[in-house]
Amino acid sequence: MAQGGKMAAGSGKMAAEARVGQVVLPGDVLLLPARPEHDAEQLPLDSGAAPRGRLLCGPGLRRCAAGLLVTKCGLLRHRQPGGGATAGGAYWVDSQQKRYVPVKGDQVIGIVTARAGDVFRLDVGGSEQASLSYLAFEGATKRNRPNVQVGDLIYGQFLVANKDMEPEMVCIDSSGRASGMGVIGEDGFLFKVSLGLIRKLLAPKCEIIQELSQLYPFELVLGMNGRIWVKAKTVQQTLIIVNILEACEYMTSEQRKQALAKLSGN
Amino acid sequence: MAGEVKTKLSKNLLRMKELPPQFMQRGLDSQTKKQLEEEEKKIISEEHWYLDLPDLKEKESFIIEERSFMPCEDLLYGRMSFKGFNPEIEKLMVQMNSKSKKEEIEVDDKMEADVSDEEMARRYETLVGTIGKKFLKKRDQRVLHDEDEDENSNTRPKKAKKMFLKPQD
Repeated sequence: MAQGGKMAAGSGKMAAEARVGQVVLPGDVLLLPARPEHDAEQLPLDSGAAPRGRLLCGPGLRRCAAGLLVTKCGLLRHRQPGGGATAGGAYWVDSQQKRYVPVKGDQVIGIVTARAGDVFRLDVGGSEQASLSYLAFEGATKRNRPNVQVGDLIYGQFLVANKDMEPEMVCIDSSGRASGMGVIGEDGFLFKVSLGLIRKLLAPKCEIIQELSQLYPFELVLGMNGRIWVKAKTVQQTLIIVNILEACEYMTSEQRKQALAKLSGN
Repeated sequence: MAGEVKTKLSKNLLRMKELPPQFMQRGLDSQTKKQLEEEEKKIISEEHWYLDLPDLKEKESFIIEERSFMPCEDLLYGRMSFKGFNPEIEKLMVQMNSKSKKEEIEVDDKMEADVSDEEMARRYETLVGTIGKKFLKKRDQRVLHDEDEDENSNTRPKKAKKMFLKPQD
């Protein structure tokens, strides 16, 4: 198609499906196929198209009159509708950034910086410090306070996170159980990577994680704010894993395999 | 005209509630009261400001805006442990990662029975008898007791069940 060869700077509006996998810039409008109007009199022209569920407009996109408006630069991704949980496809922009913006529901690693009465102040790498109430731990009551000191690492999720309010975190889920959240144990190593790498590592079948798991036993906590905590049996093993994770963002898979082969050979 | 002015003035006066008790509120019918209230409300609501725009049609939106990556990419749980370093985390990993996939698997309709069918039949056989005893009349219960005690004690002459005797003329 001739349109495919044009520079992206010229194309303002195009169909969303045509641009999946291409670079999109803020300001581009993605047109969605017009939904058949729910009109009792008119019969839908294409009876083959099954009525879709709700379309998920992910990060980097906003709703606008014609369709979707791009707000971040990156690659446009699409997930086909399927599966009972989220009927209807999903579009989002795969962008790269190092600065984290708190989002509700994200699970992050925070560092306790202060105790202010009944709340802890956590540094999550955003513009503001998050607050965490001491009652938001599993089995915490007014008498039974959690054992949290300044400088501890906490793995929790955001309860409230928008641009108008101070972010709030909790270490329990909706049913009151901890399910892995709370204070992260002692020892180990905390370091920061870019947000795109975290998403790559958390993808369902990540080769990096699979290859690393073959090396030696270790424990890993990935926070969506770009922070990773690693703990292995010896300091040397911990540092090796840290170096691989930091470097693997810019290595190709062959380079990574070579590096791992050298290590397992040692 | 003068008459109207007079009535208007008097309406205002009649409306005033804070007059000293010397001036009784003259003969305010309930109807005139209602009229006065309605007029008051009308005046107040007309003074309110409103936008003179056409009604915006609320379109039913099929698009959900989401700022998190979790539902888009189906990310795994953030805590991981390998080769048995932390067994609790490994258990949690299996639990959390299968939870996200469980939603797609349909629930089986047929559940495994805890009690087998034969056992149920045996149970019900005896159950009918025991529940049936509960609903016997008191006289019938006595007969039942006598039957139970037959083995231990001597056989007592069975008393005839007392039935209703029709009075003879």
